[in-house]
Amino acid sequence: MTAVTADQTAQAGAGRPEGADEALEAAFDRAVAADERIEPRDWMPDAYRASLVRQMAQHAHSEIIGMQPEANWISRAPSLRRKAILMAKVQDEAGHGLYLYSAAETLGTGREELLDKLHAGRQRYSSIFNYPTLTWADVGAIGWLVDGAAITNQVPLCRCSYGPYARAMVRICKEESFHQRQGYELLLTLSRGTPAQHEMAQDAVNRWWWPSLMMFGPPDDASAHSAQSMAWKIKRHSNDELRQRFVDICVPQAEALGLTLPDPDLRWNEERGQHDFGAIDWQEFQEVLKGNGPCNEQRLTQRRRAHEEGSWVRDAAVAYAEKHTAVRNGEATA
Amino acid sequence: MTAALALGDDALVLSHRLGEWAGHAPVLEEEVALANIALDLLGQARVLLSLVGDEDELAYLREERAFRNVQLVEQPNGDFAHTIARQLYFSTYQRLLYEQLATGESPFAGLAAKAVKEVAYHQDHAERWTLRLGDGTAESHERMQRGVVALWRFTGELFQPVEGVEIDWRSLNSGWLESVTAVLQQATLTVPAGPQFGAWTAGAGRQGIHTEPFGRMIAEMQHLHRSHPGASW
Repeated sequence: MTAVTADQTAQAGAGRPEGADEALEAAFDRAVAADERIEPRDWMPDAYRASLVRQMAQHAHSEIIGMQPEANWISRAPSLRRKAILMAKVQDEAGHGLYLYSAAETLGTGREELLDKLHAGRQRYSSIFNYPTLTWADVGAIGWLVDGAAITNQVPLCRCSYGPYARAMVRICKEESFHQRQGYELLLTLSRGTPAQHEMAQDAVNRWWWPSLMMFGPPDDASAHSAQSMAWKIKRHSNDELRQRFVDICVPQAEALGLTLPDPDLRWNEERGQHDFGAIDWQEFQEVLKGNGPCNEQRLTQRRRAHEEGSWVRDAAVAYAEKHTAVRNGEATA
Repeated sequence: MTAALALGDDALVLSHRLGEWAGHAPVLEEEVALANIALDLLGQARVLLSLVGDEDELAYLREERAFRNVQLVEQPNGDFAHTIARQLYFSTYQRLLYEQLATGESPFAGLAAKAVKEVAYHQDHAERWTLRLGDGTAESHERMQRGVVALWRFTGELFQPVEGVEIDWRSLNSGWLESVTAVLQQATLTVPAGPQFGAWTAGAGRQGIHTEPFGRMIAEMQHLHRSHPGASW
């Protein structure tokens, strides 16, 4: 239905007199400049719509692919309390996927279409999920670092210019910060536990630190979409700004955890009032992005398989609904 | 205590099996629903096992032969229809059981009164999917029928009286059969004609006799906990 609305909008646009688009665009620009929210029925430039769909789809895909590395530990969670926390977290991620696909639908792009693009490798998800969860401590490191980085990225999105996305993000950020605290608490328990547990926690932080810094995306001078997204107030801070903010938050937290961050160049810079940190291996980032990370193949294969193996279930639900709608309608007219 | 262990193990083991669906469900809504049911069951298991002792010691340090769950709940997930058949059989049983326990004076009355609301949702979920799959497409019908038949022989054990569970087992059995039969018929499925017991499985799970897949399931479940004796998590 939303797709029809989008088509109608396009047709209406085609029939408009010369100059009408300029007036609409000027109104849109004024609304964005005044920090007003753009809503689904408002006119918006095609490129703004496309950029939002791209970003929201990538975000939704990240939620559902991100279920995999954590679900990997549900069956082995070492206490029933931790098992309940982990199951609830993975469930929240499925829920976030649902809100975000629904928010994208308000722009005229349905969930099926977006999933097809994900499965065909034509849309991305966050590269962080192409790293494996090798030990139980990885569940904690993901909560602390990966969810922490996600929150740093996402809190500004609660003020994003597009209304449905901004509202979805408010709810998501609340749940994410809960997950982040749980991850931190898991790591703290391990760090203060037996020597083997402490070592497990340190090893996980060593492996997840650098990929977490990469989550903020390429440096500002190499980021393809940044400038336009900032102008449209989809994005409000640059990649490097957010990365720096994250490092500054993590350093004292790592100290409190009794764990070290694996960067010999990490130190406080009195002059800048921020931490200096070492060079990120952008080569690795590019390789993982290209599909050569440790788990790219595995993640996408599992996603495609779940979708394909579930197709008969979805078909059955549609067939049942059609059959019973027809029966009900038949009864009503009889 | 036998009773709390039996009911607690049922919930613990089924929760574990449902947790195995995470990331594999046929549609995103079912990721949420199956996880929700798994979480409810895990919550019930924790209350019940805590009546007996330390929940983690019981879950992670008992050998296979010491588990008292029915064999139905330990059966591997199979396809979605198989899982739904297992859910239909078990949630119908659990709702009728908890309804009786909630009104009685058993030590489980409080738990049962709370759990019966959760379990009513589990049953509703299973019934709706049984209808959709049974009366959906030819393929879904066939798969659902296979699941219903394959698990039928594990259902008799549900009605073997458990020591310490003071309810009317006969009416539980007849109520279950009536409810399940009605749903299967409405779903255009055939109610299985075979026996509700295997050759020597009557009450087996409750005596600690399980099926082969269960050993591998708890090996995975217990591995990490057992690898760090005495550690806190």
